[in-house]
Amino acid sequence: MSAVIGGLFTSHVPAIGNAIARQLQEDPYWKPFFDGFDPVHAFLAREKPDVAVVFYNDHGLNFFLDKMPTFAIGAAPEYRHEDEGWGIGFDRPISGHVDLSWHIIEEVVASEFDPVTCQSMVIDHAVAVPFELLWPGSEPFPVKLIPIAINTVQHPLPSPRRCFELGRAVGRALATWRGDEKIMVLGTGGLSHQLEGGRAGHINVDYDKFCLRNLARDPEALLQHSSLDIVELAGSQGVEILNWIAARGALTGSVRELASNYHVPISNTAAATVLLENSAVVHA
Amino acid sequence: MLPPSAADANGKRVIPGTPVFDGEAASHGYALNAMCYSFNSADNRVRFLADEDAYMDSFHLTAAQRAAVRARNVLAMLDAGGNVYYLAKLAGIFGLNVQDLGSLQTGKSVEEFKAGLMEHAITERSAA
Repeated sequence: MSAVIGGLFTSHVPAIGNAIARQLQEDPYWKPFFDGFDPVHAFLAREKPDVAVVFYNDHGLNFFLDKMPTFAIGAAPEYRHEDEGWGIGFDRPISGHVDLSWHIIEEVVASEFDPVTCQSMVIDHAVAVPFELLWPGSEPFPVKLIPIAINTVQHPLPSPRRCFELGRAVGRALATWRGDEKIMVLGTGGLSHQLEGGRAGHINVDYDKFCLRNLARDPEALLQHSSLDIVELAGSQGVEILNWIAARGALTGSVRELASNYHVPISNTAAATVLLENSAVVHA
Repeated sequence: MLPPSAADANGKRVIPGTPVFDGEAASHGYALNAMCYSFNSADNRVRFLADEDAYMDSFHLTAAQRAAVRARNVLAMLDAGGNVYYLAKLAGIFGLNVQDLGSLQTGKSVEEFKAGLMEHAITERSAA
């Protein structure tokens, strides 16, 4: 029987990828962020997951505005990161899990979602950077990937509740998967940041702490705001919390926080890394 | 819930200092964003630098979009429908990072912009 063993939530900004490419993990500016991964690495070494289901947003690598899906699920045998305009392309390919991708697609469509399905797909920094953070080095990645892209670029965006329900549907799919894999769920992006406009540089520590406080124990608290409310609160890129909300929705068992690191600023971003454990609910 | 925000003449919500990239902007900015999307290719970045006007011609940029690109005016690019994720690819060609972009949009120096980010500086870590 497969098992969803936990969730990992982390910022994904390209500057982190640049720091990895330049090996700045011990640099005083970067160290407080990278140190937040020590408990994550210990967890991964202990639990050895086989699959990562990653909720993220594409920033104009796989999807352009000519065809912009609200939700898209990868079903490719392999995924690669490519140059996004600034010359960094992490070169380790990531294996897909085609059968599980289609199982998830079957389940979410049965749950009345209508995702775009992608048998060929490149992944951008929103997947590549978290993978480099979780499994640094040059060894092949030990997990297979199911990428699930959420539109956080072109409004109207899906609502937080819709993203949470998508996550729930994915969680149901994982619970009925016939394989025996150990599965991690990832939500990438955030926390508060804004790149554009007169309010560029906006950071909202209070809203971020509200999200961090409620992610494990009361994620539905995050659904009280609309996506535009979140843009106002957390900035136009802070709305990437939608990826976290969806990933949290996929953790349908008993959830406990194992580690959390909140560090401001990294580049223009309030950076955060959270590790949650998900275990089977014990019924009386 | 948040208190209701201001709305513009068309009833759209206005978030101060925050362009919302909606259908209207996406439609208006299509040519500029399409050009910036092409910069995922290193060859195209070289072609742009070799002859900016010819490259902009090939993507049929509007007059306002061309003027904004020529002037390296980020706020004008946003007004012309540019989306920041695509504009970031253009900025990369000029060697500008997101702090440089922040400086260009807020009228602060890069050092002042970074200092503004540092005003929020905090590190909070916990483990079970």
